[in-house]
Amino acid sequence: MNRAVAWGLQVVLYGAFAATLGWFSTSPAFEPLPPGHALIRVSLNHAGQRKAACRTRSPEELAKLAPNMRAAEDCPRERAPVLVKVELDGKSVADIVAIPSGLSRDGASVAYRRIPVPAGTHRIRVKLADDAAGTFDRVREEEMRLDPGRVLVVDFEPGKGGIVLR
Amino acid sequence: MAMNAPSLPLPAPGPATLAVERVDALFDAAFGQRLNPMRHLGALGFLFFWICCASGIWIYVGFDTSATGARESLAAMDRNDWPLGAFARALHRYSADALVLVTALHLARELSRRHYAAFRRFTWLTGLVVLVVMFAAGIGGYWLPWDQLAQWSLTATTEWFDALPVFDGALTRNVIAGDQVSDRFFSLLIFLHIGLPLAMLGAMWAHVQRVSPARTHPPGALAWGSAATLALLALAKPLSLMPPADLAFLPARIPLDWFYLFPHAAMAWLGPDGLWVALAAFLVTLAALPYATRVPRAPAARVSLDNCNGCARCFADCPYDAVVMVPRTDARPHPRQAQVDAALCAGCGICTGACPSSTPFRRGETLTTGIDMPSAAIGALRESLESRTAALAGAPRVVVFGCRWGAPSRVLEDGSTAAIEFLCAAMAPPSFVEYALRAGADGVLVAGCRDGDCEFRTGTAIVAERLAAARMPALRASVPPARVRFVHAGRTDLGALRAHLEDFRAALARLGPRAADHPPPPKRQERHHG
Repeated sequence: MNRAVAWGLQVVLYGAFAATLGWFSTSPAFEPLPPGHALIRVSLNHAGQRKAACRTRSPEELAKLAPNMRAAEDCPRERAPVLVKVELDGKSVADIVAIPSGLSRDGASVAYRRIPVPAGTHRIRVKLADDAAGTFDRVREEEMRLDPGRVLVVDFEPGKGGIVLR
Repeated sequence: MAMNAPSLPLPAPGPATLAVERVDALFDAAFGQRLNPMRHLGALGFLFFWICCASGIWIYVGFDTSATGARESLAAMDRNDWPLGAFARALHRYSADALVLVTALHLARELSRRHYAAFRRFTWLTGLVVLVVMFAAGIGGYWLPWDQLAQWSLTATTEWFDALPVFDGALTRNVIAGDQVSDRFFSLLIFLHIGLPLAMLGAMWAHVQRVSPARTHPPGALAWGSAATLALLALAKPLSLMPPADLAFLPARIPLDWFYLFPHAAMAWLGPDGLWVALAAFLVTLAALPYATRVPRAPAARVSLDNCNGCARCFADCPYDAVVMVPRTDARPHPRQAQVDAALCAGCGICTGACPSSTPFRRGETLTTGIDMPSAAIGALRESLESRTAALAGAPRVVVFGCRWGAPSRVLEDGSTAAIEFLCAAMAPPSFVEYALRAGADGVLVAGCRDGDCEFRTGTAIVAERLAAARMPALRASVPPARVRFVHAGRTDLGALRAHLEDFRAALARLGPRAADHPPPPKRQERHHG
């Protein structure tokens, strides 16, 4: 091949290499949410209550135990799963059962859900149960405006009043 | 006797091989065969890795390692150190992207040529490790500016890992709980972006351990051309930062780097579980290839201690480190002997071509060399050469030394052309060239694969050096250079090989017949020395 043509072809191929890198390093743009949507993130790290209440040991039971093991109460380790329900404008959008962690199911329940929702003003209702009976005794309901791209985090922080909408 | 044919037939070139050859031909036209970047993809990967490291160190000098200060430190670099700050950042990005591009091409090319089984298995599997670590290191780099792109990429990654039962939602809390990620967590991200490239370097080192010599530097002209292209791109298209990370907000459009961050987009379509399944299927399929498929390979080389003096030329020339030199196990007065690891042997015969005992001028009735190929013994090849050369008629009489993996030389045979096909062009000892000329040929055409594209990595380069007397065993100076020609012709280049032959034949016709006083090969004796 003619040397000048070969050089020209080299320039074209180097140019194609640069164009490929330059274009795909930023394009095409990606839309992380559908247009006109906001995002609700439910993130939870909470230890449910113990499944069974502690029981006081009788003197006979205590006598059978080794002296260093004579704790007055027998407390089963297993915890109840944490249940979370999220409703948006009266419709359920998440129904979470967070199983306690650990081999004995005695650790915290951890959960995460990602829920894209149409942007706008919504009535959000979050309910949480953390006892063995599954009683939803923690409830938070609020009307919120969720603009496009807004990320609302639903968390549970007992030190901050329970269910947190952030 | 008939020419010694290799025992395992090669598969006909499939669509993938033909596509690779066509792409190669385009790049051959522009760069020439030797500088064709498609034949230096691995070495280019090393080059881009080093550029990425150097520019990364440059950026790190001015980088604030806190979550709150990271983005501003980069913005200040762009603002105050222009053009060097912005240039370094862009060069870092584009060299990392180029690394992905050449790695993907390297993988596709080796896959299309079925370079993954048998003696290549270790290299293939370690290459997969490099691939995984490269993406892990690269994706982690997008978190460090801690802008909205970083926040989204990190969250998408933690969401992906949270799909695994072992995490189950715990990781994403590190990113979304609270108003800002903690500096402690951010320090972990920085550590990952330093530690993972180091791990990648270790994997790259392992990747080239079973090839000898490893080509980790592209040819100078190609290296400079590629580096200059990246530099020009970095100047022409500097990077821009997105607004600072805001955990309460997701941008509508993200300028995605598709080279590294395409898994995030894929997760939007497949879901986290689907992405794990897709990744596992991809990696398991590639990792299983060496075990699930058979590739054609000639039986491993065998050492004949009676004919091995421990010169180590086979050891020096073996492209896969399959030959080692070990202490002598017999009573011969040489300190070492060659030993072949059959699992690593490619069956290329380059060692046979390197062995000084392979010279056909030895007077024994049977030619046995120090290290030989069971499927194409050098003695049988000598007999084939003798009988075929003796049968030549007309002028000029040409012997073609072909390569099993290159253009099919045997179809060129006619009354004045004989073809001897070797397992690799470098299996032909230079003494065979001289022997053919003294046995009656007017010229010898040695045909290897395309330049730099040897199936066994180094064969074409070794042939060129041996024929130029730059490597032992060398073609003797007494052989007229005009009667020997080395050409390159790949599997699909039969037309080119035919043209080379016609051109050579015309040149030989101008030279006239071989000098009558050229001594014929010596006569055989009943015994030969070891």
